[in-house]
Amino acid sequence: MKALMFGWEFPPHILGGLGTASYGLTKGMSMQPDMDITFVIPKPHGDEDQSFLKIIGASYVPVVWKENNWDYVNQRIGHIMNPDEYFWLRNGIKYDFRRIYTNDLGCINFSGRYPDNLIEEISNYEAVASVLAHQLDFDVIHSHDWLTYPAGAFAKQISGKPLVVHVHATDFDRSRGQVNPVVYDIEKRGLDAADHIITVSNLTRRIVIEKYHQHPDKVTTVHNAVEPLEDADSYTKTPRKDKVVTFLGRITMQKGPEYFVEAAHRVLQKTKNVRFVMAGSGDMMNAMIDLAAKRNIADRFHFTGFLKGRQVYEMLAESDVYIMPSVSEPFGISPLEAMQVGTPTIISKQSGCAEILTHAIKTDYWDIDAMADAIYAIVENPAMHKSLRELGCEEVHNIKWYDAGLKVRKIYDTVTGNG
Amino acid sequence: MKNICIYFQIHQPYDLKRYRFFEIGQDHYYYDDYRIEDKIRALSEKSYLPSNATIAEIIRNSNGKFRCAFSISGTALEQLEQYAPEVIDSFKELAKTGAVEFLAEPYAHSLASVYSADEFERQVKMHAEKIELLFGKKPTALRNSELIYSDEIGERVAKMGYKTMLIDEARQVLGWKSPNFVYTHSYIPKLKLLVRNLKFSDDISFRFSNTSWSEFPLTADKYVDWLAGLPENEKIINIWMGYEAFGIFQQQETGIFNFMKAFPYHAMERQMNFILPSEAGKKLEDAGPLSITDPISWSGHEKDLSPWTGNDLQQEALNKLYAVTERVNMAKDKVLLHDWLLLQSTDHFRYMSHKDQFGTHYESPYDAFINYMNVLADFLERVDAQYPTTIENEELNELLTTINNQDKEIIKLQKDVKKLKANAKKKKAAEK
Repeated sequence: MKALMFGWEFPPHILGGLGTASYGLTKGMSMQPDMDITFVIPKPHGDEDQSFLKIIGASYVPVVWKENNWDYVNQRIGHIMNPDEYFWLRNGIKYDFRRIYTNDLGCINFSGRYPDNLIEEISNYEAVASVLAHQLDFDVIHSHDWLTYPAGAFAKQISGKPLVVHVHATDFDRSRGQVNPVVYDIEKRGLDAADHIITVSNLTRRIVIEKYHQHPDKVTTVHNAVEPLEDADSYTKTPRKDKVVTFLGRITMQKGPEYFVEAAHRVLQKTKNVRFVMAGSGDMMNAMIDLAAKRNIADRFHFTGFLKGRQVYEMLAESDVYIMPSVSEPFGISPLEAMQVGTPTIISKQSGCAEILTHAIKTDYWDIDAMADAIYAIVENPAMHKSLRELGCEEVHNIKWYDAGLKVRKIYDTVTGNG
Repeated sequence: MKNICIYFQIHQPYDLKRYRFFEIGQDHYYYDDYRIEDKIRALSEKSYLPSNATIAEIIRNSNGKFRCAFSISGTALEQLEQYAPEVIDSFKELAKTGAVEFLAEPYAHSLASVYSADEFERQVKMHAEKIELLFGKKPTALRNSELIYSDEIGERVAKMGYKTMLIDEARQVLGWKSPNFVYTHSYIPKLKLLVRNLKFSDDISFRFSNTSWSEFPLTADKYVDWLAGLPENEKIINIWMGYEAFGIFQQQETGIFNFMKAFPYHAMERQMNFILPSEAGKKLEDAGPLSITDPISWSGHEKDLSPWTGNDLQQEALNKLYAVTERVNMAKDKVLLHDWLLLQSTDHFRYMSHKDQFGTHYESPYDAFINYMNVLADFLERVDAQYPTTIENEELNELLTTINNQDKEIIKLQKDVKKLKANAKKKKAAEK
């Protein structure tokens, strides 16, 4: 089974959960003996792990025919891609894309991030997809998240191969219901074009069915998993007088930071030996600093700014409680990461991961009382902490990408007629 | 001749209301009255009242040959008294027939038998008194909460004067032995043990209306055939279940009440006898002792204590609760003593189980634990306010003894004073 996947991020250079999920899923699927994955991303850095799949950088795929000799190409992009491959892909140019700005190699310069001209990048990605669809050999197309839906749909149109669309989030999650019509349009077209849709939770599945009017039979939930943390033991918890309760993530409307501040306020009315940490950055950060001051808890409420890599796990491991009060979270991988380092978690019921976690406390995102009660119980009650810590760690250990990969494979088999 | 021994159990806990941590120290009322009333009313109307009426009818029609026992926890009795007194009345009517026996059990349907022997005795005594008060007869057979039993518990029960105890068919202790005999305590032969027949009990209470069961539909005729087909020497069949089997687990529409009416008729036709637990212990010959070192119960496959004490949360809650046993029982505060009982019901701990939260109204075991511990924190503060934890139990005991003795001393002295005064008067009178 050969899969052509379109993604937007791939570790180690990632901006959100999409990259982590793409990596985990492909790695899990690569354990199936006959699985062959080609993963396209806009702009690889050359240090991606390619031991289990092949990565193609869209920035290095020619979409406009330019005459170049082998040595020149080698000198320009040899560190990322074999020049032979460049020339071979060049044969896949069947359409005239000269309207798009390209460089001396006939390639498009993607940012690979989320720039202001994102819509333009998305449509340029289609051009790359057309070249690949003509030239590569594959059985199924798999598009990760809305940025890559147009590319996947175009590849399907050209190759006639089935398209599987993977919904990691929808604009309804990001905007608390105030969707951007342009984004919605792209999402809707992609979902309509798909032969099958994978959602990361039943929560997202419902949105896809209800808000994007997809037939329920066409939509299957495959919950995300988490990569085993090899050095889990290297993260330790420093004994300290005060308990630490942590919020970690983008400080945006979607993540419900204000509910965390309000819950902190409740807890601090009853006990003083707790500190609250808001780690991350985002457009609501200043508002949260204001709110903490207004509630008179600024002396117990701390902001760390953006954390990355090892810092994330260090922060999680140092915490007594991790809390994710997201208003709408398609899946939410970070509670699983917290559980990996043995930190008890509180998550909102509006998070996809709540569907598969037993040993985490679940509350409604707006239920500040319940949230405060849970925080209080964990910091005051060693048995509660111990139980969540031990059973949570064990639970998350058994949520494997390999199993998720098998479910995706079953969908491949169905859409390709092998099932 | 076969003997059928039936007992029905009724227990309802006092469900806790949602109690947040910021209410600790502020609000001392813990119960969800609305839910409790609602539940008791529904149970009474759908199950207890129609079942009692049916049983009264069977007893009447059989001239008292049909006999059965009830075990009703103290908390359930209180709830019935408050919200469905007509159920209590109908039980009193049944008691008058003489064909019905009421068993003793720990008042709060608690785990006291495992955590505090003294508390267990206190609760059994309390329950027996309540039963005698309501139904006019002192129980001689005892059924522990969740049929929890071990040699140690049996010994204590025997010492309290009980003659018969009820236990469950637990494979780890019975092995190849049949439940259809009367057994005795491991080393106290005068305490008889009756063993529930798991299959025949669950056939009615859980499988009766299950259409995918190979024996569906279950008729009274067929059921009695099975009983009659048991080996000749197996004299007693103990069919025990929650009373909710009638009208709740098995809804009225399934025909359960008709089954209930037809069953004794068919049994008597086949010369089978109905017997009460206390009679079984006296009338039937026993088949020797059963040795049970680790406590057994009637729950799950394991038939052990794990549904209530199996995880860290449950142990934490139970340890915190029973740590104040002595102090609470020194108290005179009636409300505090009442709360103490209600917080002990096994249900609160069952809801915290990770494997089986039978009957829970909480979203998760953690949710149940959080709520219970908040309530318990408030309760412990109240206990502490009466008897500060800074004083050791022994010291406290001494102080209380002194205080109690002081009372006696004063009374004695007052008497002396009276006597002396009287003497003095007499003397004066004599002098005059």
